[in-house]
Amino acid sequence: MQRSMAYERHLNLEATELRLGLPGSDEPEKTSTTPRVRSNKRASPEISEESRSKGSSSLSSKVENCEGDSAPPAKEQIVGWPPIRSYRKNCLQIRKNDRVYGAGMYVKVSVDGAPYLRKIDLKVYKSYPELLKALEDMFKLTIGEYSEKEGYNGSDFAPTYEDKDGDWMLVGDVPWKRLRIMKGSEARGFGC
Amino acid sequence: MGPNPKMRKEFPDSTRSSPFPDEVLERVLSLLKSHKDRSAVSLVCKDWYNAESWSRAHVFIGNCYSVSPEIVARRFPRVKSVTLKGKPRFSDFNLVPENWGADVHPWLAVFVAKYPFLEELRLKRMAVSDESLEFLALNFPNFKVLSLLSCDGFSTDGLAAIATHCKNLTQLDIQENGIDDKSGSWLSCFPENFTSLEVLNFANLNTDVNFDALERLVSRCKSLNVLKANKSISLEHLQRLLVCAPQLIELGTGSFMPELTARQYAELENSFIQLKNLNTLSGLWEASAPYLPVLYPACTNLTFLNLSYAFLQSLELESLLCHCPHLQRLWVLDTVGDKGLEAVGSNCPLLEELRVFPADPFDEEVIHGVTEAGFLAVSYGCRRLHYVLYFCRQMTNAAVATIVQNCPDFTHFRLCIMNPGQPDYLTNEPMDEAFGAVVRTCTKLQRLSVSGLLTDLTFEYIGQYAKNLETLSVAFAGSSDRGMQCMLEGCPKLRKLEIRDCPFGNAALLSGLEKYESMRSLWMSACNVTMSGCRLLAREMPRLNVEVMKDDGSDESQADKVYVYRSVVGPRRDAPPCVLNLSGL
Repeated sequence: MQRSMAYERHLNLEATELRLGLPGSDEPEKTSTTPRVRSNKRASPEISEESRSKGSSSLSSKVENCEGDSAPPAKEQIVGWPPIRSYRKNCLQIRKNDRVYGAGMYVKVSVDGAPYLRKIDLKVYKSYPELLKALEDMFKLTIGEYSEKEGYNGSDFAPTYEDKDGDWMLVGDVPWKRLRIMKGSEARGFGC
Repeated sequence: MGPNPKMRKEFPDSTRSSPFPDEVLERVLSLLKSHKDRSAVSLVCKDWYNAESWSRAHVFIGNCYSVSPEIVARRFPRVKSVTLKGKPRFSDFNLVPENWGADVHPWLAVFVAKYPFLEELRLKRMAVSDESLEFLALNFPNFKVLSLLSCDGFSTDGLAAIATHCKNLTQLDIQENGIDDKSGSWLSCFPENFTSLEVLNFANLNTDVNFDALERLVSRCKSLNVLKANKSISLEHLQRLLVCAPQLIELGTGSFMPELTARQYAELENSFIQLKNLNTLSGLWEASAPYLPVLYPACTNLTFLNLSYAFLQSLELESLLCHCPHLQRLWVLDTVGDKGLEAVGSNCPLLEELRVFPADPFDEEVIHGVTEAGFLAVSYGCRRLHYVLYFCRQMTNAAVATIVQNCPDFTHFRLCIMNPGQPDYLTNEPMDEAFGAVVRTCTKLQRLSVSGLLTDLTFEYIGQYAKNLETLSVAFAGSSDRGMQCMLEGCPKLRKLEIRDCPFGNAALLSGLEKYESMRSLWMSACNVTMSGCRLLAREMPRLNVEVMKDDGSDESQADKVYVYRSVVGPRRDAPPCVLNLSGL
């Protein structure tokens, strides 16, 4: 059962930070290895975040699932039960390593100057424009147009994210699909 | 095919036992394909026995230890195709030690002498070594068809030998084996002038194959109609393969990982449009919503869709099923949820078989998966359903009763409520009435797997009503010996009975004394059977093999795992030390 407890913890590390800030603003202090903890923001406790979030109760429960601190108590696994062939079992183990499913890919979003963080499920969005539109709606701001050469034009805000090396990256440079797949398989890194 | 020299008799017509010449009898009997029919025919009289023996081209051996290869060869001299099954089914779930037996080599050693023109070999749960595969490849010049399902003991080196030497190979089907997957280079071993392949299934092998070699192989094998590729085949690769083989009838897509440019996407779409004959689709390991639409044009004639390795959600499944009006068989993961199964009910009126596998079988805290609601939804929409395999975490008696009312034609009902001994989650009662409803309503039932909290009442019902039942699997169920007795006394057609973790003891085991010779086998593990009970059985029934395997550290008197089977050749001599043979002692 130890293996599945490890997977439980894997899930806990999924949530990372996405921060909207003024272009050229100072890098915030680097956080510890558990990216979900951000001490320098006025992060509200989880419970009030959930009640403020627009999502339905199913969203809250998913967040809970994602953020749970303790793994469920380990139960002894019965040999050969449920009756699934070894080949299939092995595939599922590999799959569990590679991908988060069902619980969503939640990231915290903070905006410079806004009092509270928000949380979004990346899996809901199929492309960058969709994601940026959602962020614009959520925070009532404009982010502007993305271009490869110049980044974001026409606004004071630029979306950035912290990648696995701890660097702050501009959202949009890496192809959407590639990042989403990477995110699943490198649970610690962040993809947008 | 000349007349059987043994049977050439010079009697005048009026004293012959059969009204027409032997040659004609053989010719007529050669048209019989079903081995059950052939066995029946062989019992009519000696002439028919002989004619049947000489005309049998395919022999099916359900338990490799029930007979010896010498006896088989002596009785059936003209066999071209052999199907052999070995280990007990619970070996699939790690309940049988690896060195247990069922080695194919002794069979090959006899076949090389008696069936040098052997064409087909289909093995299930056999131990197969690379040496055996090489032996096969080198010694049978007409060899055409190799199918290995749930076997173990070999590596991709063995496959390389087959590819290199079998000049007439038409089918290579490698499924769910315990294979040592060293490298994909075996695929490059098919010679450049080799063109006879019709079926190639390597979907369950994990190592990369050389794509160029595969593409050339597919291009030159014009009769290829089944291609099931493994995960190393990308979408781009797939598109190129489909261009070479638009005649495919069955396709396993490889990873289906989304990563195409717009132009490549359009090309892929076009390739699927060209697949006019496709009736079976599988693979789709990394399939996701934006890419599923490329499949739609090829789905019109689909009868079998295997999504059991594709982590799809309900909406994705629904969109796909809209395009599969003729679907008869569907395998899915429970990630599709009850909502996905509602879509099945709405879109697949011709569905006959449904298998729902668990994506997360070992995680108790999981809140998704399917429930009784999904199964109900399918039963309302798919009235022709007769085969189901359903893994779930909750079920009710009422739901099952309704389900079988909607679909009374079940022949195979395999329900796995994953938490052992779990009651009806609404009423907290045992699930006895559920299975009672199944056996009462489904008079054609041949195979049943029960689960959940069950008392002896379930088995009373089974014994009373399941008159066509042939295969029965029982786990974590029953209250007393009476349960097992009911099964043994009541089911006249029972052939395979497998029981684990049930409170059945010696009295139960011995109540089946008369029965076991009419069955293929009995498996009992983690029950209350003792060594002395097994010894008594072995003593009373000398034509049964009674084998016991003990777990480490268990009580000396306990018979932890018992495997009983009929055999005409007595106790096997290749049993490893962990298998105690109580027969013939």
